[in-house]
Amino acid sequence: MLQILRGEGPQGPGGSAPPASVIPMRNIFPVLAVTAFLIALWYAAVIPMNAQWTQDQARRAGQDLSFAELVTDTMSQARPRLPAPHQVAQELWNSTVVEEMTGRRGFMNTGSLSNRSLIYHGWVTLSATLLGFAIGSALGITLAIGIVHNRAMDASVMPWAIASQTIPILAIAPMIIVVLNAIGITGLIPKAIISTYLSFFPVVVGMVKGLRAPDQMQLDLMKTYSASGGQVFAKLRWPSAMPYLFASLKVAIAAALVGAIVAELPTGASAGLGARLLSGSYFGQTLQIWSALFAAAILAASMVALIGLVQRIALKRMGMAA
Amino acid sequence: MTVLQQTGALQALGVALATTVALLAGGIAQAPAQVMLALTASCGVFVINYLLGWVQRGPAYLNLLVLLVIFTNLWIAALALSAAPDAALWVGASTVAIWLLAWWLVAQLADLPSRKGVLGLGQALLAPFLFGATLLWLWELTVRALDVPRVILPAPSAIWDRILRSTDILWIDFVQTFVKGALSGYAIGVGAALVFALAVDRSDFLRRGLLPVGNFLAALPIIGTAPIMVMWFGFDWPSKAAVVVAMVFFPMLVNTVQGLAATEAMQRDLMRTYNASWSQSLIKLRLPAAMPFIFNGLKIASTLALIGAIVAEFFGSPTRGMGFRISTEVGRLQLDMVWAEIAVAALAGSLFYGVIALVERGVTFWHPSQRGR
Repeated sequence: MLQILRGEGPQGPGGSAPPASVIPMRNIFPVLAVTAFLIALWYAAVIPMNAQWTQDQARRAGQDLSFAELVTDTMSQARPRLPAPHQVAQELWNSTVVEEMTGRRGFMNTGSLSNRSLIYHGWVTLSATLLGFAIGSALGITLAIGIVHNRAMDASVMPWAIASQTIPILAIAPMIIVVLNAIGITGLIPKAIISTYLSFFPVVVGMVKGLRAPDQMQLDLMKTYSASGGQVFAKLRWPSAMPYLFASLKVAIAAALVGAIVAELPTGASAGLGARLLSGSYFGQTLQIWSALFAAAILAASMVALIGLVQRIALKRMGMAA
Repeated sequence: MTVLQQTGALQALGVALATTVALLAGGIAQAPAQVMLALTASCGVFVINYLLGWVQRGPAYLNLLVLLVIFTNLWIAALALSAAPDAALWVGASTVAIWLLAWWLVAQLADLPSRKGVLGLGQALLAPFLFGATLLWLWELTVRALDVPRVILPAPSAIWDRILRSTDILWIDFVQTFVKGALSGYAIGVGAALVFALAVDRSDFLRRGLLPVGNFLAALPIIGTAPIMVMWFGFDWPSKAAVVVAMVFFPMLVNTVQGLAATEAMQRDLMRTYNASWSQSLIKLRLPAAMPFIFNGLKIASTLALIGAIVAEFFGSPTRGMGFRISTEVGRLQLDMVWAEIAVAALAGSLFYGVIALVERGVTFWHPSQRGR
């Protein structure tokens, strides 16, 4: 029970810094093979998932389908139960580049982003994500500094930070949105608050670990230099916390994106990736759901990769490159 | 000035000042006069003793006990008085006092030597308990003093009242979402990930290929598959369980595969010199060594499971379930019911996490993170 309260929360068991973000050269082939296998599996699953509808259509038309006809039809339905990968890719392409370049409401024709394009919806979600992420990380770092430097805070705040994450905030999201709407706060802020809530925790846990990473020898050395508390922090604790900070920032930005997407669900928001998911599910537009899902995945992956890049540059300049 | 440098001395002064202001501001004239009197008396005695350094020489637990009594008195008195008119100064002063008291108490607690057994557990629980009690108190006080409308933020007492009145609905929702949706999905997802990890572990090629892909997939917003799952598996709990399976699978898989690779070459060589078979070295060496990683995955998955089950209900559900109740009651502006559901969800989630952490402590008692506490 004790270590639950003082525990480290849902993070790595050894407390070690995370695995490298870059895939080593020798792993590229296995990774490609696994990815290819997954896509093949997906294609294989498309046939039985969509076959029912195709066969119903054929029976009504009084036709008999050969297996080849069946397969081609399952790959090209307008509202498949499971769209094929190339359909999703095509829908992604159509709803981003094609829509903006040639669409009636596209960027090329009107000078503003089309409300039917995923770029527009992605940006709406991304802006809430980034705002929430920025507030969340700032809050997380501040809390971690307090926890490391103040025993009273360590004893009272840390257990609640852990407990706060067992509360499914995503379930509270609708209420936060509606209540903030009621007192006149709409738009970006409510979504950002939910992103903040989800993203502060990994940062707190990671930074507490990181700020406590210097061992007694190093702290003693600082003491022999007669360093003040602020100097110990600036010259020892903060730099040695950097790898942990970046690791937790990666977790935090992914969590912030999930928060922003879910925050768009309850109010029937008209813009954002979450809104696309919701309207797709209302009207049975599976292609729209899948393309929104993949847009979210691409967004998450590129933001994590971006933080990984900043991490490599920062650590290299600090002489800590792995 | 040495007295002021003792732990809590400044807070003690602050508390004394704030309570004096509170009393002058009209506390005496209001209803529960005896409470206030008892409070002032105990507070005064304590502060005098404190400044004289008398209590410092006494047993530390006595110290804490007196503080706790004052804390409780002030807690109750402020609640009783907060609804009174023209109480702004009073409320402000007692808020300051109670925050200082809580801080002082926790600082005292942190100064105590850590103990083992029941006393140690109580000691570890007291600080977060005080923090939580203070937050609840502040919430209740704010709602009462500012007369916040019920449709924006109900008071904790109103929420508690609602919980007591609608235990049957809460229980039905709990069974639908937590037991049927989250737990079954959790069991299936975790089980599948464990079996799959064992299969992956037999091939180095698969491991090197799957770990980066799994890590990537684990970071994606898998919760977005909820509408698809509802479309495939219908409105009832199987679709919720399916979302949970999808959310739980990859974090669990990645952690288990990493854990199975956590043994050192020396240890594996030793097993080989013993002529241990694959299953023997798995059971006797690699599974035990993987346990910290597996439990880490189990903990992450436990919080994800409840989230997945609840959010999936936003995309369609039968007329019961926590997610369904939350979204409909928000629409009806019955916020006390929403908060009641949230309280149940938080309790269930914390207990779920706590049980796993307890089992972890029993299983991985040898791990450095579990020792020396």
